Amino acid sequence: MKIIIVGCGKVGSTLAEHLNQEGHDITIIDRHAEKLRYLADRIDVLGIEGNGASVATQKEAGVSGSDILIATTNSDELNLLCCLIAKKAGNCQTIARIRDPEYYNEMRYIRDELNLSMVINPEQAAAAEVARIIKFPSAMKVDTFARGRVELIKINVPEGSALDGIRLSEIDSKLHCKVLICTVERGEELFIPHGDFQLQAGDIVSFIAPHSVALTFFKASGAKLTNSIKSIMLIGGGKISYYVAKMLEETKISVKIIEQDFEKCQSLSEVLPQAVIINGDGTDKQLLDEEGIGVVDAVGNFTGIDEENILLSLYEKEMSKAKLLTKINRITFEEVIAGLNIGSIINPNSITSDNIVRFVRALNNSRGSNVETLYKIAQGRAEALEFRVRNESKVTGKPLMELKLKHDVIIACIIKGNKVVIPNGQSVIEKEDLVVVVSAERGLKDLEDILA
Amino acid sequence: MNRRVVAYFVGSVLRIEAALMILPTIVSLLYREEEWIYIAVAAALSFLIGWLMSFRKPKNMSFYTREGITAVALSWIMMSVFGAIPMWHAVSHIGFTDALFETISGFTTTGASILTEVESLPKGLLFWRSFTHWVGGMGVLVFVLALLPEASGDNIYLMRAESPGPSVGKLVPRVKQTAKILYLIYLGITVTEIIALMVTGMSLYEAAVITFGTVGTGGFAVTDNGCMAYNSIQQGVITFFMIVCGANFNVYFLLVAKRFKDAFTSEEVISYLSIYAAIVIAVTINMRNMFPTIGEAIHHGLFNVASVMTTTGFASADFDTWPMFSKVLLLAAMFIGGCAGSTAGGIKVSRIVIGFKTIRKELELLVHPRSVKILKFEGKPIEHAVLRGINVYFLTYITIFVVSLLLVALDGKDFATTVTSVIATFNNIGPGIEMVGPVGNYSQFSAFAKYVLMFDMLAGRLELFPMLLIFMPMTWRRQR
Repeated sequence: MKIIIVGCGKVGSTLAEHLNQEGHDITIIDRHAEKLRYLADRIDVLGIEGNGASVATQKEAGVSGSDILIATTNSDELNLLCCLIAKKAGNCQTIARIRDPEYYNEMRYIRDELNLSMVINPEQAAAAEVARIIKFPSAMKVDTFARGRVELIKINVPEGSALDGIRLSEIDSKLHCKVLICTVERGEELFIPHGDFQLQAGDIVSFIAPHSVALTFFKASGAKLTNSIKSIMLIGGGKISYYVAKMLEETKISVKIIEQDFEKCQSLSEVLPQAVIINGDGTDKQLLDEEGIGVVDAVGNFTGIDEENILLSLYEKEMSKAKLLTKINRITFEEVIAGLNIGSIINPNSITSDNIVRFVRALNNSRGSNVETLYKIAQGRAEALEFRVRNESKVTGKPLMELKLKHDVIIACIIKGNKVVIPNGQSVIEKEDLVVVVSAERGLKDLEDILA
Repeated sequence: MNRRVVAYFVGSVLRIEAALMILPTIVSLLYREEEWIYIAVAAALSFLIGWLMSFRKPKNMSFYTREGITAVALSWIMMSVFGAIPMWHAVSHIGFTDALFETISGFTTTGASILTEVESLPKGLLFWRSFTHWVGGMGVLVFVLALLPEASGDNIYLMRAESPGPSVGKLVPRVKQTAKILYLIYLGITVTEIIALMVTGMSLYEAAVITFGTVGTGGFAVTDNGCMAYNSIQQGVITFFMIVCGANFNVYFLLVAKRFKDAFTSEEVISYLSIYAAIVIAVTINMRNMFPTIGEAIHHGLFNVASVMTTTGFASADFDTWPMFSKVLLLAAMFIGGCAGSTAGGIKVSRIVIGFKTIRKELELLVHPRSVKILKFEGKPIEHAVLRGINVYFLTYITIFVVSLLLVALDGKDFATTVTSVIATFNNIGPGIEMVGPVGNYSQFSAFAKYVLMFDMLAGRLELFPMLLIFMPMTWRRQR
């Protein structure tokens, strides 16, 4: 598809990179020629210098022949204007990034009334991710399929857990729950494991299961995997903290926010009556101890400075057993950060970009490709895809054991109506099923692509 | 320096060259000439070496500016060496240096020749000689990019190193698509001219050979006296296509994309046509007495100015005999050259226009020392990097020019020959004045002078820097 991206910032360039990899033609508009040149030198996109909200610039970028315009500049209003103009000038699908909390309750109105295809708020999306993780405290990441009925969960296998040393084929018999291990990350390596694969402590495991089974799996796997979270401390009172607190308002989880700026504290306490707002420096050791860093169940390090967040997480790792969430805006040294073992990394930009890529996939789906949802796992080295089986094909109507699959592909889950099936050799894919596939090969377009 | 990747690209270029050599082999076979075997052997050799260099894709495909520039420079040298093989063996009286000179002159679309009595040479060979113009005109690596199955963003480095002009952009988001579009436009123009020339009564063979010379803005013909033998309608057709190919190809893309307003307001093309018209008028007034009628004077003015300015180098009349003013004006046109993004050589109209704008800005700055003025080209502010690039280009241009002049002067030829031989090769035109004039050729230079001129041709075609960069040890150092 032909896609125009306005704004060549972190989200814009991450998006351009991902969408380009998936074979779309990308034109990117920005005011700064330098930034454009830098991007165009790295990836095969066309850069247009100019104001993205101007009709002339949009026409130069070929808005009339484009399918989607994505506005990701740092101004909400400019993004909206870009989309409105693109809608008139080119009649394409439009996606806008809106991040000001003032519009939080108006997102739906804005989207529907201004005729946008998608409105995305990076901080809110990140907060949603945080909230999801908090539901599964020992998980590092939780993604959902089939509108939330199936979850793809990433956990770290702790020392002394029942999972340590187990063979995948034994999980069902020993732990009495049906889950499917999709990927195992061990150090730098990524495995799409088969039955005789043996887990080790320290492995990062992604598995797929319905929500209830996932809980049993946590219980059965022993260790201290089952604590549910009752209190969370958020360091830094920025937008993410606000959204997280807002989302947790209706749960029983108590929220404590530490913020340096007094006026910000005041306005936070105004909009978040249930939360405890502490005015103080989040990097002050004594303050952290005083506020009970050792006893809270989860800590979110959401200050505006990546380095500070990482250091805080490292300190908290030593001091407490709390579930750690670390916000990092610029992921440049992701290998190193992953090696630090500081719990879940929250990157609003890549979450935004993933969401948009998912939307584009879904849009593309209506013209040929059948992917419903897509998640990247293990830093993009593998993908989990959800396919809708629309008609009979080579993969339907046969037991799975008769299909010859590619080596690094597994069928993780089949959803038949309301029934979730973790497949075995006898399972059969039928028309109208949803099928979740995990693959180390990128860019699968159709379910038949999994065949060798 | 990732040498593997450079070798891989050079290898791919050689394989493409081998494929391109099939066409002249067929022509040679059709005319039942024995020389076909030389072309076929050269093709086989080129394929073999190319295959050895590129049969395995390097694991590390990382590719930056210097790899791009080196790959382009080396590709052009290697391609010329293999391209010279047929002529070296098939023509009895020339050595390898002469064959290489002729081939480089072909690929760089110069059209400077060391051959005499061209008529007596085998047709297949002449076809290959002219075909090199066509290939070199748009660039071989651009061709490779159009064919390469999977192109990454890094490939823009290749395109930038090979395409003429101060700042090379893409027409559409993907490099591969851009390369394809350029070649389709190029092919379209080529086919149109061949048909037009055949309508005026040329044979397919002759029309094709002349067309390759025109659209590549090269200038090799099939006879010693070039285009003088053709009638005025045929010359008119050639004039038109020379001008077409000296204009920026982006304009044709805009026309095809139906963006007429953008196409017709292209500052570079307007400047190009205005400069052309001005020179034609001045030359015609000056040399009108050389021809029986004023109409004929205008006709030859149009043809020869177009030929020189687009750096083609055809001649419909021996302009060496024209008055001094006309000759000097033609020499000036040689320096200007065609537009950026065309197949023409020279300094390029865009650089000249931006250069003049800079001069005017500096003058204004003397009058109003605190005035602030942003230079614009094609309605857009010129980036500082582009401006600096142009200034450095001018300096480098003059340096190479003077050094070459000194080296060629060692041959002891007369002044006009020495100067115009360098001008005509460096700007990829072909004929100069006196011994190297439209009816003369380059065969009398020493081997050393020929190598200097070969370097000039390559440097001129590849926009100077690639040819200088391969002589810098820094380029070759292994870093990763």
